[in-house]
Amino acid sequence: MADEIMERITNRDFLLRLVNHLVLITIVVMLAFPVYYAFVVSTLEFEEVFRLPPRLLPGAELLENYAQAWYRANLGRLLFNSTVFSLLVSLGKIGISVLTAFALVYFDFRGKSLVFFLTLVTLMMPVPIRVVSTYEVIASFGWLNSFRGLVIPMMYSATGTFLFRQTFRQIPRELVEATIVDGGGPLRFLWSVLIPLSKTNLAALFVILFIWSWNRYLWPLVITTEPGMHVIQLGIEAVIPAGGDALPRWNHIMPVVIWAMLPPMAVILGLQKQFVKGLIEPEK
Amino acid sequence: MDQFKFKSKKLPYLLVLPQMIIVAIFVLYPTFESIRMSFYTQTLFGEQLNFVGLSNYIDLVTNPDYVQTISVTLIFSAGVTVIGLVLGMALSLLVNQKIGGLFFYRSSLIWLYALSPAVAGTIWMFLMHPSYGVINRMLPFDFNWLLSGTHAMILVVVAAAWRMLGYNVAFFLAGLQGIPDSLLEAASLDGAGPLQRFRRIIFPLLTPTTFFLITMNLVYSFYRTFGIIHTVTKGGPYGSTRIMVYNVYRDGFINMRPGASSAQSVLLFVVVIIIILLQFKYLEGRVHYG
Repeated sequence: MADEIMERITNRDFLLRLVNHLVLITIVVMLAFPVYYAFVVSTLEFEEVFRLPPRLLPGAELLENYAQAWYRANLGRLLFNSTVFSLLVSLGKIGISVLTAFALVYFDFRGKSLVFFLTLVTLMMPVPIRVVSTYEVIASFGWLNSFRGLVIPMMYSATGTFLFRQTFRQIPRELVEATIVDGGGPLRFLWSVLIPLSKTNLAALFVILFIWSWNRYLWPLVITTEPGMHVIQLGIEAVIPAGGDALPRWNHIMPVVIWAMLPPMAVILGLQKQFVKGLIEPEK
Repeated sequence: MDQFKFKSKKLPYLLVLPQMIIVAIFVLYPTFESIRMSFYTQTLFGEQLNFVGLSNYIDLVTNPDYVQTISVTLIFSAGVTVIGLVLGMALSLLVNQKIGGLFFYRSSLIWLYALSPAVAGTIWMFLMHPSYGVINRMLPFDFNWLLSGTHAMILVVVAAAWRMLGYNVAFFLAGLQGIPDSLLEAASLDGAGPLQRFRRIIFPLLTPTTFFLITMNLVYSFYRTFGIIHTVTKGGPYGSTRIMVYNVYRDGFINMRPGASSAQSVLLFVVVIIIILLQFKYLEGRVHYG
């Protein structure tokens, strides 16, 4: 009798749990479906895209479409520009904010709180609130349509400075003193002790910053006017014909869309733990 | 605990110099200029600046086009935030008990956040295209965002909210899993139905998560959705999706009215400040990220 009840309860529990997992999986699948469908379209023939009922399985034109898109959208150049831009911006932001955080935690100097304040205050000044005047500064330097102009003005990070300040502070004082006894100046200490100890945070921030830079739109749009300097996000708009009447070749547009999302996806797959950690713990 | 300090006097200045130079030249000065420029008008080729006081601002708020931009922005941001949060919370509530594999689900929900606004916009403009969109063909009515302003607004809100939805669900799930089972069971024993349990226990305990997500979604919808508008609607039809960020770009770089554009930038700056103040006011001791 008691056994029977226990069995019923565990069965019910098991069923409930199963239902919950099924619900979650359905949510995941539904949310991801538009992306999957975009991929399917990128593998179809032109006529297949518009057929009813819609094709839900990939077609045979993957290579042909991606080759066409590569050629028409100048994808090689766009991807190269996006990669250089995103790598330089994210590494630059990390490098520069590590230096600032190091100074803030391991030195006493006049103006320290001002430095911290000026860094944090940039959180209130995203590109849209100063886009014309920043453009004018870049133009006056003659930096339009160049990587210098795209990258250098982005190389600051309040989030990074704050994150590394927290990380460095939490390193036990005894450990710091012990490693310093071994000799070597502050820079050596930064390079061979602090940075290795902060690896996890460095990786988490890198993932977030890389994706953030890869997805920039307004900034590259105003700083670059030559198509040869464009990044992939701008390349998408360029291949969509203006005016909605013509039938666009969506089987050639979707490969550009897929390429625009692949590198962030690859970074996430490679560094999944760091990505979720970086997002879930946004202690600014 | 105070950290060990190095003695050097000059080195700290050298260390902070790169960030300070970049912030001064490319962030602080342009922000200051943006505010200053908002009090000037410029002739077409930029050779002459005229001080006009508040007239750029007065022009903005008396211009029906800009009043439309403000209302479009409010509808868009409210739409993205409310839909994203309500749907996000509803979806996460479907999971009504503790389950394993939370990390797996979080990762498979949150990755959509890594798609760019331009990518999200393009996919949805295809899915909802008036003549061949898969979704349009299933709808019992005509949905034409190329002609109808309302439909265009729905399209950009859907695209923008979709990109944030996985992110919202991931955070709500984490929040829900943090609510002790015993609390909910006790409430059930006391005769609280599902609705009451939601109103009296779940919703209040989710407040920190909800508040955090409201600010994230607001910041996103105000400042980071430019790519959707630029790829999909260009603000049209008839300005029905011309949100403030897009109009800053349009006036600054297409219509060549830097003064008017700067005044709009300043208005956006005020919005940032309001959101940040709201965040600080609420953050004081009340919200913690689980």
